[in-house]
Amino acid sequence: MAMNTNTPKQTSHLKREILVRLIKAYLSDNFEENTRLIPYDMRPKGHEVPYRCCIFKERAILRDRAIAGLGFSIEDTDDSTLLSQLASKAQDRKEPDENPLTVLTTACKGCVPSRIYVTDLCQGCVARPCVNTCKFGAISIQNGKSVIDPAKCKNCGMCAQVCPYQAIQKIIVPCESACPVGAIAKDEDGHARIDFDKCISCGKCASACPFGAVHEKSQIIDVLKNIRSGKKVIAMVAPAMFGQLPCTPKQLKEAIMKLGFSDVYEVAQGADVTTKTEAAEFVERLEHGAEFMTTSCCAGYNELVDKHIPEMKPFRSDTKTPMYYTAEIVKKENPDAVTVFFSPCVAKKREALNNPNVDYVLNYEEIGAWMIALNIQVAECGESEFKTQASAESRNYCVTGGVAKAVQTLLPEEIPAHPVIIDGLTKQTVRDLKKYAKNGMCDLGNLIEVMACTGGCLGGNSTVNAMKPALKQVANYVNSSSSIKEQVEETVKQ
Amino acid sequence: MSEKISVKVCLGTTCFVMGSSNLQELIETVPKKYGEKVEVSGVPCLGLCSIDWEFSKAPYVKVDDDVIKEATVEKVLKAIDEKLNK
Repeated sequence: MAMNTNTPKQTSHLKREILVRLIKAYLSDNFEENTRLIPYDMRPKGHEVPYRCCIFKERAILRDRAIAGLGFSIEDTDDSTLLSQLASKAQDRKEPDENPLTVLTTACKGCVPSRIYVTDLCQGCVARPCVNTCKFGAISIQNGKSVIDPAKCKNCGMCAQVCPYQAIQKIIVPCESACPVGAIAKDEDGHARIDFDKCISCGKCASACPFGAVHEKSQIIDVLKNIRSGKKVIAMVAPAMFGQLPCTPKQLKEAIMKLGFSDVYEVAQGADVTTKTEAAEFVERLEHGAEFMTTSCCAGYNELVDKHIPEMKPFRSDTKTPMYYTAEIVKKENPDAVTVFFSPCVAKKREALNNPNVDYVLNYEEIGAWMIALNIQVAECGESEFKTQASAESRNYCVTGGVAKAVQTLLPEEIPAHPVIIDGLTKQTVRDLKKYAKNGMCDLGNLIEVMACTGGCLGGNSTVNAMKPALKQVANYVNSSSSIKEQVEETVKQ
Repeated sequence: MSEKISVKVCLGTTCFVMGSSNLQELIETVPKKYGEKVEVSGVPCLGLCSIDWEFSKAPYVKVDDDVIKEATVEKVLKAIDEKLNK
């Protein structure tokens, strides 16, 4: 079973600790020097060595993690460059890096290559189902036990399935196994490498790696710099954020203002535009004979279609994402503002690069770290009202099935939607989507909602809260909001 | 019977972000497992993270007067068991 992204992990703890220390360093009187000291502060002389061979390797890995926190590619950074130099360079950066993920090869264990392995449990039985089932003739019996010829083995795993003793195991590489599109693999040195031509920025490798070797390049320094320089910086908060911290939505707004933002917009406001546009589009498409339409709000899915399933393009809704519409509204109302999208996942960092209205993207781990650094108690914050109220349906976008449900609310009776929910991209669901695109139809329904993450945005790779309490918190917010139907009726009256 | 064991899961911002978000399940599971013997609740910031640089040891849980650093579900259950078996 795949590890749930919300499972507590020591790797998340480390990544968050580095972010807090970087932010504190930035806010101190000597950013460069205090950044250089981070690995030494975390592993001072005589400190225990919890994970690696020695304290020096631990520090080297912490240094590399800090490089990602400063927003740079670990692969492209020379080992001799000091963290203090990078801290200085980070402040001169005009734009975030193109690819949002980076692999820390010093932390990458270079796990055993993925393969099928006969364990000592092999009894050398008479039935030999493994030998008989192997289509490639890769298994022979040597000294009374099954042996796999690696030159012939295709890693299909059939032998492992038929062994009556469960003696044959498939050894997996977690990042390779989690990647739905085969974009991460071990290079000749045995270290994981991302092929950015294939990568859809879903962040599943980052969540899956037990060594925490896949990092997001953070844009936190860029945002801090803009705030320090006195610019008007506006936060655009995606619906999933309201399930992340132990406070009310209005307290959350107040807490974000305390970070130094001059205003906070709900991305659900843009989702209202998405819902209305997408519902109208669905009706139009079906009236013109389309068999089905897919949603288009998930950045990971959009990148999947663009890079791997071009035949799906005609079926994907042309409606823009909630982030797109929100950023458009914000820039229209505040042309001089710097916009920062608060995201549950890494994929939005890619989407933002192609949208001039979104200047930066921060994830929930980064926001959480920032609040720690400033010692903001969200539960003790006052309440601050949002200027524009979004609908219940749009505030529910972050929950699996929420987008399809929102669109359904606005459909006329004569054109009903039969939603099909793709709850998380995997190698299998990618195959399913390819099939629907190729056949030009989906026998399960006509409105396919695709979410790259299991559990929707609440299961995003950079979320902070566990799924269950997050769901409950979002549900409370949704239940206290009014329906999009009322919004539409109001517009009609006017 | 002796007094109830008190378990306080810190839900201050620091603890929450550093991992107590994943300890919220204790608030449901502990009463099921131990019944009346243990009282468990999520509490506002215990103030342990702001001492020096101790945020890095968050999340904190208090089992009676004992502070558990870098708390996990397993660590907390173990601490409860040890108290009950005294």
